[in-house]
Amino acid sequence: MTVHDPLPAGQTTSATPTGGGSGPAAAATIGMVAGAATPGRRRFGRDRRHDRGARTSWRKALRRDWQLYSLLVLPLVFFAIFRYVPMLGNVIAFRRFRPGGSIFGEEWVGLHYVRMFIQDQTFWNVFQNTLILGVLSLVIIFPLPVVLALMLNELRSSRFKRVIQTISYLPHFMSVVIVAGLVFQLTAVRGTINQVMTALGSSPVAFMQLPEWFRTVYIGSEIWQTVGWGTILYLAALSTIDPQLYEAARIDGANRWRQTWHVTLPGIRPTMVVLLILNIGTFMAVGFEKILLLYNPLLFPTADVIATYLYRVGIGSSQFSYATAIGLFEAIIGLTLVLSANAISRRVVGASLW
Amino acid sequence: MVTTDVTRLDERLSASTVRGVKDTRAYTAFRVINATLLVVIAAVTLYPFVNLAAQAFSSEAYINAGQVNLWPKGFNLTTFDLVMSDRMFWRNYQNTVYYTVVATLVAMVLTTTFAYAISKHHLKGRKVFIGIAVFTMFFNGGLIPNYVLVNELGLRNSVWAIALPNAISVFNLLVMKSFFESFSTELEEAAEIDGLSTYGKLWRIVLPLSKAVIATMVLFYAVSFWNSWFAAFLYMDHRELYPVTVYLRNLIAGATSVDGAAGSAEATQIAANVKAVTMLLTVLPIVCLYPFIQRYFVSGVMLGSVKQ
Repeated sequence: MTVHDPLPAGQTTSATPTGGGSGPAAAATIGMVAGAATPGRRRFGRDRRHDRGARTSWRKALRRDWQLYSLLVLPLVFFAIFRYVPMLGNVIAFRRFRPGGSIFGEEWVGLHYVRMFIQDQTFWNVFQNTLILGVLSLVIIFPLPVVLALMLNELRSSRFKRVIQTISYLPHFMSVVIVAGLVFQLTAVRGTINQVMTALGSSPVAFMQLPEWFRTVYIGSEIWQTVGWGTILYLAALSTIDPQLYEAARIDGANRWRQTWHVTLPGIRPTMVVLLILNIGTFMAVGFEKILLLYNPLLFPTADVIATYLYRVGIGSSQFSYATAIGLFEAIIGLTLVLSANAISRRVVGASLW
Repeated sequence: MVTTDVTRLDERLSASTVRGVKDTRAYTAFRVINATLLVVIAAVTLYPFVNLAAQAFSSEAYINAGQVNLWPKGFNLTTFDLVMSDRMFWRNYQNTVYYTVVATLVAMVLTTTFAYAISKHHLKGRKVFIGIAVFTMFFNGGLIPNYVLVNELGLRNSVWAIALPNAISVFNLLVMKSFFESFSTELEEAAEIDGLSTYGKLWRIVLPLSKAVIATMVLFYAVSFWNSWFAAFLYMDHRELYPVTVYLRNLIAGATSVDGAAGSAEATQIAANVKAVTMLLTVLPIVCLYPFIQRYFVSGVMLGSVKQ
């Protein structure tokens, strides 16, 4: 059982209320978000004293901490105006909106716009495209950073490891415009990929004009851009696994594979769970900006997703209410997904975001 | 051969960290394959940049003939002259710098003040404030309501349309919060006894001692604003106001439509080369700075995840 709990004794102070058998890094990853939504960790006696103070009345708290509260004013105004007002602005999904009029619309129209997209064939096409791209991203891309991190972890030369890491992080820092430009360059009819394909005996493919190729191109570019950077948290988790666990496993006669299976993977499992939940949360919002840059009408049958469709409907043809209804639907699915993923993982794995 | 070199280097450097038992032959084989694969992965990762540089320095004819891969062919700098003499390119480059500086400043002020306040465990209502921020990670207003709002506030065609709607990244906020939480309380208490106000403590004690995390956050924000294009694309109506990313986007979009039309071969040729040069000039600052600033990013992510 000890094998499954790679938490060195000295680090238990940071254990969060959520983690069942969480490894330290992941417990902390969870803690990062969970510290937010769960009661604050109290590490010092003085905090507890202050917490008694937290039960004081608002008047007293304000008098004591008015300077701290004053620091909160501007950021809270930011959240109110630029985060919560747009949330309320979603109400125009159910109200008629007149450009130049109130941002909350003019009159109630009920579910008019919802009915509109339910009956819209294009909507169901882009919905399907979104699901397919989302599932492909999750299934193909999500496991790759784990594999790459394990590969890097097997390297003994730290200099070699650092060089590979530095190179693999680089694409993460590229603007999506650059990535799109590189995709066009490499997939051009006379581009490198087609040269390779020609050399292998097949004829050149006009990748960016054939809908059947779009998903491959998109997933490929995502792999290129995200997998290297995605290893960071796993490498952090791997570095905190207690070497004694490997020793114990070896004494028990475990070979490298069994050590990886019984020590390494359990050690990074909580990190995987947390990242999986976060990924599921952004499932519906698949690479909006990238697709917007990459696609063209020829590619719509596979490339058009909910986000790009509502962009064209809303900003392209100014059907604000209709586009908002679609956007709200997407956001609600996203929220539902992340909440259920979180709930399931808390029951099944014992790790969760909050 | 690359592989043997790599393993030898690997072995030599690892003398001190050997994991005890002598390796089996299968495991040695695995390590060679593993190292080779990683070298291949690194090469594939770098290839697009190499290809980009090669195309930027080549003449159009060779690019269009599909002969430029790893190395420039028909080396010339005329396209560089062409792009660099474009007044609009430099104008937009300046805009990128200006937008990045302003937006990063705004973001840093808002993020730092909020993070400092919510890092104080005794603050009444702390959990509510954190909740307000974290909830926006999972649910947000969506494109259209945001678009309507920014227009309604009259931010169109100003730097504020870029800076304000993305002023706080909740991820960065949480990273800073955990850093401030791990901050030694004794120093602040001593400062308090010396009569420093909360502002004084933040400005004179906490911030000077947080240079590393501040540098990291500045880099996170600066890179994201430097790379951003969509806000400017939505809210800027004049070419003079575009950042260089939108300049590049329009160039790419224009080039592809020329490509699709398959009409003027001339235009396609020039487009390929001009595109490569513009892209190269755009990524250059980041690629050049990257090796030096990379560790800050890594430490930033670590800070957010592996706290204490």
